[in-house]
Amino acid sequence: MNLFAGNLVSFAAEEGPSPVVPHPSEIFVGVIAFGILLFLISRKVVPRFELIFSERTAAIEGGIAKAERAQEDAAKALAQYQAQLANARSEAQTIREEARVQGIAIIEDMRARALEETSRITAAAQASIETERQQAIIQLRNEVGKLATELASKIVGEALDDQVRQTRIIDRFLSDFEKSN
Amino acid sequence: MISQSATPTNPGFVPPGAKDFQFPPIWGDSIYLTKPVILIGLSVVIISSFLLAATRNKAVVPGRLQFAGEGVYTLVRNTLGRDVIGPEYLKFVPLLFSIFCFILVNNIFGIVPLIQFPTMSHIGFPVAVMIFSYVTYHYIGVEKHGLVKYLKDICFMPGIPKPVYLILTPVEILTYFVTRPLTLSLRLFANMFAGHLLLLVFAFGGEYLISSGLIMKVLGVFSFGMAVGLSFFELGIQCLQAYIFTLLSALYIAGALAEGH
Repeated sequence: MNLFAGNLVSFAAEEGPSPVVPHPSEIFVGVIAFGILLFLISRKVVPRFELIFSERTAAIEGGIAKAERAQEDAAKALAQYQAQLANARSEAQTIREEARVQGIAIIEDMRARALEETSRITAAAQASIETERQQAIIQLRNEVGKLATELASKIVGEALDDQVRQTRIIDRFLSDFEKSN
Repeated sequence: MISQSATPTNPGFVPPGAKDFQFPPIWGDSIYLTKPVILIGLSVVIISSFLLAATRNKAVVPGRLQFAGEGVYTLVRNTLGRDVIGPEYLKFVPLLFSIFCFILVNNIFGIVPLIQFPTMSHIGFPVAVMIFSYVTYHYIGVEKHGLVKYLKDICFMPGIPKPVYLILTPVEILTYFVTRPLTLSLRLFANMFAGHLLLLVFAFGGEYLISSGLIMKVLGVFSFGMAVGLSFFELGIQCLQAYIFTLLSALYIAGALAEGH
C-alpha cells in the first residue's frame, strides 16, 4: 500500500487537487447530512430502542415475579396438602385404635355371654338329670319292693297283703341291701 | 512491458490514481450535484428509513427487521457506549450510533455494485463527522469540569513530576487539539482511499489485460478474481473502520468525562 501511496502523491501533484485537502463544500454537505441523521436518531430511533429495551426488561422481570409467585403458591398448596394428609393419617389411626378396642370389648362380651350360657345349660342339664335319677330311684324302689314282696310271698307262702307290714318289710330289706353295698 | 504494447489506438495501461476519485457535476456545474454528495444523501435516506422501519412496531418480541436494527444498536450502545464511557453513556449513544451507521453505510457503498464508491474516501466527509466528535468531547469536558479546570488538566496532567511537563504539556496540547481530530479523519479517509484504489488497480488492470493477448487474458481473469476477493477483504476493513472511528470517539468522550483525563 505504501507503493500506491507513493504513486498517489506524484499523481496528486500532477493532477490538480490533492485528495488529502478537503473540499469545503463536502465538509458542509457532510455536516448537514450527518446533522440530519443525528437529529433523527437522537429524536426518534434511540428513544424507540430504549423504550423497547425497558419494556422488554419489564416484561422479563414481570415474568420472573409471576413465576416466583406461582412457585410460592405451589409450595403453600403442597404444605396444605401435606398437613391435610397428616391429619387424615392420625384420624385413621384413631379410628383404627377405637375399632380395635371396640372389637376386643365385643369379643370379651361375647365370651362372657357364651360362658354364662354354657353354665346355664349345664346347670339345667344337671337339674334334669338329677330329677330323672330321683324318679328312677323312686320307681326302682317301688318295682324292687313289689318284686321282692312277690318273691318273698311266694317263698314264704303267705300273703303279705297287709300294707303296713309289707312296707316295713321292704324298708328293712332295702336298708339291709344298702348296708351290704 | 506495458509501454511496449502501446499503440496509437491503445495508449497503454493508465494506472488508476487520485483523478479517479474526482467526479464531474452530474447536472449543470453545481459542486453539490456530484456522485459523493448524492451518495451521502442516499446514505442518510437509507439509514433513517431502515431505522425508522425497524423501530416502527416497538415490539417487545422483535420481528426480523427490528432484530437486525437492535443488533447494530446493541453493539454500539453496549460495547462502545456503556463499556467505554461508563454510567453516563446513554447521553452519547445517539452520537455514537449515528457515527457508526453513517460511516458504515458510506464505506460499504465502496463494494455495492453500481455504486462502488466509498464516500469516506473524500476527506471532506470524515472531517465533517470528526467535527461532531471533536466538538462533543471538548464541550462535555468543559461542561463537566469547567473551562479552566478542563484546560488545566489537559496542559498539566495531575500527578506528574514537574520537569516532565516540559515535554508532556506540548504533547498533550497537540494530542487534544491537533492529533486526535487529524488522525480520526485521516485514518478513515486513507483506509477507504487506499482500499478503493487497490480495487481499481485490479479491476482496471484486469480490464486492460483481457483486451490484450491470449496469455494476458488469463492473467486478466486472475486480476478480476483478485478484485472480487479483495472486495470481501475491503468489506471487513469498511466495517472495522466504522467501528474504530466510533470506538475512538467514545474513548475521547470517556477521557473528557474522567477526572484529570
